[in-house]
Amino acid sequence: MLDRSQDAGSAVISVRGLKTQFGSKVIHDGLDLDVYRGEVLGIVGGSGTGKSVLMRAILGLISPSKGRISVFGEDARSLSPAERSQLEQRWGVLFQDGALFSSLTVAQNVQAPMREQLDLSQELMDELAALKIAMVGLQPDAGPKYPHELSGGMRKRAGLARALALDPEIVFLDEPTAGLDPIGAAAFDELIKRLQRTLGLTVFMVTHDLDSLYAICDRIAVLAEGRVIAVGRLEELLGHSHPWIREYFHGPRARVLNR
Amino acid sequence: MNVHSITAVPAYFEFDEAPDGVTLRAFGDWVIANLKQIDADLRALAPKRGGRLTIDLSGIEILDTAGAFVLHRTQKRFQESGFSTSLEGASSEQATLMSEVAANDEPCEREPPYRGVLLLALDRVGRTVEDAYIIATHLAGLMGHILVSLGQRIISPKKLRLTSVVHHMETAGLDAVPIVSLLAFLIGAVVAFIGARTLQSVGAEVFIVESVAIGVMRELGVVLTAILIAGRSGSAFTAEIGSMKANEEIDAMRTLGLDPIEVLVIPRVLALVLMMPFLTFIADVMGIFGGLLVAWAFLDISPGMFFTRMAEMVPISNFWVGMIKAPVFAFVIGLIGCHEGLNVEGSAESVGTHTTQSVVEAIFAVIVLDAAFALFFMEINW
Repeated sequence: MLDRSQDAGSAVISVRGLKTQFGSKVIHDGLDLDVYRGEVLGIVGGSGTGKSVLMRAILGLISPSKGRISVFGEDARSLSPAERSQLEQRWGVLFQDGALFSSLTVAQNVQAPMREQLDLSQELMDELAALKIAMVGLQPDAGPKYPHELSGGMRKRAGLARALALDPEIVFLDEPTAGLDPIGAAAFDELIKRLQRTLGLTVFMVTHDLDSLYAICDRIAVLAEGRVIAVGRLEELLGHSHPWIREYFHGPRARVLNR
Repeated sequence: MNVHSITAVPAYFEFDEAPDGVTLRAFGDWVIANLKQIDADLRALAPKRGGRLTIDLSGIEILDTAGAFVLHRTQKRFQESGFSTSLEGASSEQATLMSEVAANDEPCEREPPYRGVLLLALDRVGRTVEDAYIIATHLAGLMGHILVSLGQRIISPKKLRLTSVVHHMETAGLDAVPIVSLLAFLIGAVVAFIGARTLQSVGAEVFIVESVAIGVMRELGVVLTAILIAGRSGSAFTAEIGSMKANEEIDAMRTLGLDPIEVLVIPRVLALVLMMPFLTFIADVMGIFGGLLVAWAFLDISPGMFFTRMAEMVPISNFWVGMIKAPVFAFVIGLIGCHEGLNVEGSAESVGTHTTQSVVEAIFAVIVLDAAFALFFMEINW
């Protein structure tokens, strides 16, 4: 990926005029968003503003009723199955609780994308799975364990290892630090930042965690009223006049930012 | 940007064996999708004793962790054969990646250790026996718990969750009427068909009435209903309670001071116990109706004759034998369904396993109990 920086600064994800709705309930209306190569973008917003829905729409898991979403310049929904599978090799997704396949061990989970998408020898897949497991900070003895034998934090790390299995260019993280203790959450932030630097990843991160925003996000997009009401660096958003943003960044839980 | 561009440049390497040391020059995109052949070729490189290895990365366009890993692995193998190794031409990012990969080179197992067929077989036998014992004691415990709760509800019926009971009476009982009726009708007809041939050959056609009526009322009606209900409602109980267990809803109930037995198990078991005799009655009626139609169509026994002979020759005790078994089977099916549901652990897979288990156990229990009942009723001459 080291050469992927050739077009640093170009938008790898671009969302234009997105409208999503469930029945008559409109989640997004006229949402625009760009994610640039190599950045860590944090998505914040109140509960129910459609942060996870936005992520699912970009991943093509739900169909928007209007608007255009392109990833690497391609609309995921207009691709043929073969092209779609090519695209899927270029992104990795960490769902909230890891979403590990419960009938497979951690190592088998990490190998699942390699097995489905590529033709590699079992020996190499074993070696690469071990490498990813070590890279996300799990002990080697976690490899042969089943997901239900792991703690929540370990499941998230294992989910991240699976998301990174194919060395994707974009990683989607859905509330990566939710449910972790502050020390675990800080370690996870550190892990994401370190991996992002070494692997040159673009990170799309849905989060509620102010510490995460502060620690690792290059830019922050704020979702409210069905669209992105503000996007920019943390310092820029601190001075924003929108009441929700003011409340969010200057509320009682935002002490860390106001130091 | 084209989505195929990632594999556009193939990866390859050159391996030079000069007298002063060997050089491995890598070219192209060293990414995971390109590695199958490279990996095999790199493994095939045989380090000769001692020397110097230089790995030249300057020809690499794109390097990912998988590419870095196979290079690192090759470097390590040569080092283990006494080579001194060095990296050349790596950009700073590539060097970071190589050291990151080297730092995380910790092999791990893919699956829990495999212990050989014999040991595995013994292990399974042991576990199965232990499980059977545990299940038996748990079932006895749960049965006691349910009986006590049921007794308390008889003393103070106000606390009974009537809405829930009625709901389960509808889903587990009323909704099963069409399938039970249809299958009982077919079974009655089939019994009559098989009997018709044999009885005709000895000129005893009229005994078709006894064979259908006794067969259906005593055994077929109730056993068929029980097996259907085990598959239909017992499994549903396990899946419902099991997914609540997996979702920590059962624990939430306990913390709110609600007894899951009282809230979930009693209404289900009670609904089944109340509805099963009703379903059995319908199965009896439909089964006899099926036999009657066959007798009428193929043996010229009119419905009038059929009923007269039935009233004369088939003692009513046959009907009661079937009816007495119905609530007992219902209790056992409900008990096993709820028990398996409460034993689910955390995962969706576990819900599936226990649901299967619940159906198998319930059908097994129904047939074993039926055999015991048959002996008992024979002894008391019913």
